[in-house]
Amino acid sequence: MGWKILSKKFLNNEQSVFEMVVEAPDMAKKAHGGNFVILRLTEQGERFPLTVADYDVEKGTITIVVMKIGKSTTELSLMEPGEEILDFVGPLGKSAHIEKYEHPVVLVGGGVGIAPIFPQAKELKAIGNHVIVILGARTKDLLFWEDKFRQIVDEVIVTTDDGSYGKKGFVTDRLKELMENKPLSHVIAIGPIIMMKFVAKLTNGQGDLPKIPTTVSLNPIMVDGTGMCGGCRFLTLDGQAKFACVDGPDVDGHNVNFDNLIARNSRFQREEHERLEKFEHECKLLAMADKAEGECKE
Amino acid sequence: MRKYQIIKTRTPMPQQDPHERAHNFSEVALGYTEEMAIKEANRCIQCKTRPCVKGCPVEVPIPEFIAKVAAHDFEGAIDKIKEKNVLPAICGRVCPQETQCEAKCTLGKITGSRPVAIGRLERFVADWEQRVKDIGEFDEGTCVDLSGKTKVAVIGAGPAGLTCAGELAKLDYDVTIFEAFHKTGGVLVYGIPEFRLPKKIVQKEIDNLRECGVKIKLDAVVGKLYTLEDLEEQGYKAFFIGVGAGLPIFLNIPGIELNGVLSANEYLTRVNLMKAYDPSYDTMVDSGKVIAVLGGGNVAMDSARTALRLGAEKVIVVYRRSEKEIPARREEYEHAVEEGIEFHFLRNPTKIIGDEKGFVKEMEVIKMELGEPDASGRRRPIPIPGSEYTISVDLVIMAIGTRANPLLTQNIPNLKLNKWGYIEVNKHMQSSIPNVFAGGDIVTGSATVISAMGAGKEAAKGIHKFLQGKLDDS
Ligand SMILES: Cc1cc2nc3c(=O)[nH]c(=O)nc-3n(C[C@H](O)[C@H](O)[C@H](O)COP(=O)(O)OP(=O)(O)OC[C@H]3O[C@@H](n4cnc5c(N)ncnc54)[C@H](O)[C@@H]3O)c2cc1C
Ligand code: FES
Repeated sequence: MGWKILSKKFLNNEQSVFEMVVEAPDMAKKAHGGNFVILRLTEQGERFPLTVADYDVEKGTITIVVMKIGKSTTELSLMEPGEEILDFVGPLGKSAHIEKYEHPVVLVGGGVGIAPIFPQAKELKAIGNHVIVILGARTKDLLFWEDKFRQIVDEVIVTTDDGSYGKKGFVTDRLKELMENKPLSHVIAIGPIIMMKFVAKLTNGQGDLPKIPTTVSLNPIMVDGTGMCGGCRFLTLDGQAKFACVDGPDVDGHNVNFDNLIARNSRFQREEHERLEKFEHECKLLAMADKAEGECKE
Repeated sequence: MRKYQIIKTRTPMPQQDPHERAHNFSEVALGYTEEMAIKEANRCIQCKTRPCVKGCPVEVPIPEFIAKVAAHDFEGAIDKIKEKNVLPAICGRVCPQETQCEAKCTLGKITGSRPVAIGRLERFVADWEQRVKDIGEFDEGTCVDLSGKTKVAVIGAGPAGLTCAGELAKLDYDVTIFEAFHKTGGVLVYGIPEFRLPKKIVQKEIDNLRECGVKIKLDAVVGKLYTLEDLEEQGYKAFFIGVGAGLPIFLNIPGIELNGVLSANEYLTRVNLMKAYDPSYDTMVDSGKVIAVLGGGNVAMDSARTALRLGAEKVIVVYRRSEKEIPARREEYEHAVEEGIEFHFLRNPTKIIGDEKGFVKEMEVIKMELGEPDASGRRRPIPIPGSEYTISVDLVIMAIGTRANPLLTQNIPNLKLNKWGYIEVNKHMQSSIPNVFAGGDIVTGSATVISAMGAGKEAAKGIHKFLQGKLDDS
C-alpha cells in the first residue's frame, strides 16, 4: 500500500525545486488551500509536512511542490513516477478562510511559497474576488508557475531580488506600492519566515500605511500533524502557545512571534546538517559503485 | 480436597541488570520460566470468594486460569484468559495490577504475605501462547469471507479500538479500523517504550485481529480525510470512536516555547514510533546531559527512563506531590529508582530559562507542601513562597497529562461532549448519536489500557444490540 507518484517535474535548471502529482482520490475531495500533508518515504524515514499546492477532484490528485533542503526532500526528489510514497496523510490543518472581499486580495508567494498560494488564489477567484498575486524569488531560475497563475487571477506581479526577471526588489517593495495605490481587503503571504515577518510588519498598521488583515502560513517542525505532540507550537505576540498543525498552519500574521518561530526551526539544525552530509556521502558512494559496476560490464 | 499451604513471598521476576538495562531498549522484565510460573500459580489458595476477579475491569477468570497453570495446562489457561481478555500479553505487562486484581487478593491480606503475582502469570501464559503458536508473518489474502456482512467502522487503533474491532469480528461483522498514524496500537506503540512493552508483542496481537478478518486503513485521519457521513455513504452502519486523549498539556509558565522543552508525547513518539534511538532511522530527538521530566505518572517514568537510555548523564523527575502520591505503576517507579533516576518530590517548576539562541539552560523550581485533600482525594500541593531556586537542565519534558483531542469530535455535529471535551456515553457506550459509540481515553480522559479494552468490549456488545434493533434506550 502506498500513494502513487503520477508525475515529477523540476521547476528550475538547478533542479532544486520540483512539482509532484500524487494519486490520492479521497484526499483530493477534501483538500483546500491552507491544508498540508505529512509524508513518510521509507520505513526508516521521518514524517515531514508539505503544503498542498493544488488538488484535482476529477483526476483524484494532489500536487506538491518541494524544495530539496534536507534528507527527506532530497530522497523524494529522487523518486520517479510510478513509484509509491509510503505514507501520505491528510488533508491536515485548517483550510484557508475564503470570503468575498470588497477590495482586492493580494497573495504574496516567496520562493517555494509560490506554490501553496495557488489553491487559495483559485478559491478566492472562484467566488468573485479581485485577486492580485505577487511572485517573488531570489533569481529568475527559481521562479515558477507564472503562467499557471496568469490563467486564473486578475494581476500577476513578478519580482526578483537580483532583477534577473520582473522588477528588481523584494515582494515587500511590490506590496508597498500596491498598498500606496489602492485599498486592499486582505493579504496572504507564504514564503520564508523572514519574508512573512516583513510582510506582516508592513501591513500591521503601525507604520504610515493602513492596516490590512494578513494571513501567513507557518512551517514549524512537525511529527503527527494532528495536535498530539505539540512540537509545532508557536508563540503569539500575547505569549500564548498554539499548535500550528491544528490552529493553523494559516494564522493571523499580526499575532505571531516570528523570531521564536525562526529559533524553533533551528532545533535540529546541527543534527540535520550532519545527517545530510552523511546521506550525500552515501549517495556519492552509491554512484561510484554504480559507475564501477558499469565500467566492469563494459 | 487439596490442602493449600500459605507461601508468603512471591516468585521473583527475572530482570535485566539495572546498570546494563539503563543503556539499552530491550525489555526490562524477562518473564517467568515454566517452573517459576507453576511455582507462583501454586501460591494461589483458590479461595471461594474470588475477590481478584472483581478487581479486574474485564473480569478475567483469574483463579481458573491460575489453576490451569498450576496443573501445567497452559493451553487451558490461555483459553480461560481469552474468554475475557483478547490482549493478555499486553495487559500482563502494563496493567496496574497492584491497584486492581492483586489489591484484592486474599493472600495479600494475610500479614506479611504478598498477593499472587497475577500479572506476571497472565504475561507468562500469553507469551507461552505466542511462542508455541508462532504464526509467523501475517498473510494478507487468507482473509475471512466478509461478503454480505454489516459494515462497522472503528476509529482509532488503540487498545479500545482494537478490542472493539476484535469483538465485532467475532460477532461476524465486516470491521474496518481507521487509524491516523502509519502504525496500529495507539499509545501501545507511540507511548509505551520498547523496554516495557516490546512492539513485536503488540504487532502479534494485531496480526491475530487481522486473521479474524478485521481490515485496517492506516494514514486515515477521520474528521479530515473522511467525515462520519462519508463513511456512512461508504456503507458503514455503526461507528466506534476510540481516538484516545492525545492533546498534550504544557505548563503555563514562561519559557515553554524554548528549544528543548517538549511534551512527553512528542519525546516518546519520536523515540518509540519513529525509532529515533536507532541510528538507521531518520527521525531525530533532542538530546541533553541533564534532563528534567515533569510529572509522576507512567508517562513521566517512561520519559525519564527513555532519556536515560538515550545517554543522559542525569535524569530528574520533578513531581509536585510526595512519593506516596506517585500515580505511576509501582513497578515502573521502582525500576526507575533502581536505574538511577533522581526524584525531586514536592517541587514545581515556575520558569524555564533559555540561552541567547533559544535553547533551554535552566529551570526555576519552587518547593511545595501538602495541604488539605482535593476533589481527587489526594492532598493538594501548595507552593512555599520564596523557596524558588534554579537548576541547570538541557531538556524539560512535560508529562503532566493530556486532554481530549478535538480534531474528530468537533467535526461531528450533534455529538454530545462533556465540559472537558470528552464524549458522553450511556452504559452501552452509545453517544448522543444512536449509531455512534465511543470508549477509552476519549470518554474517560487518560486512564488505563485495560479500562480502554473493557470499554471497547462493552461498545461491541452495544453496537451488536443496536444493529439488531435490540438496544433499549437508556
Ligand atoms: C507513555 C504512556 C504510558 C502509559 N502506561 C500505561 C500503563 O503502564 N498501564 C496502563 O494501563 N495504561 C498506561 N497508559 C495509558 C493507556 O495507554 C491509555 O489509557 C490507553 O492507551 C487508552 O486507549 P485508547 O484506545 O482509548 O486510546 P489510544 O491508545 O490513545 O489510541 C487512540 C488511537 O486513535 C488514533 N486516532 C486519534 N485521532 C484519530 C482520528 N481522527 N482518526 C483516526 N485515528 C485517530 C490515534 O492515532 C491512536 O492510535 C499510558 C499512557 C502513556 C501515554
Ligand atoms: S505536529 Fe504534533 S501537534 Fe502539531
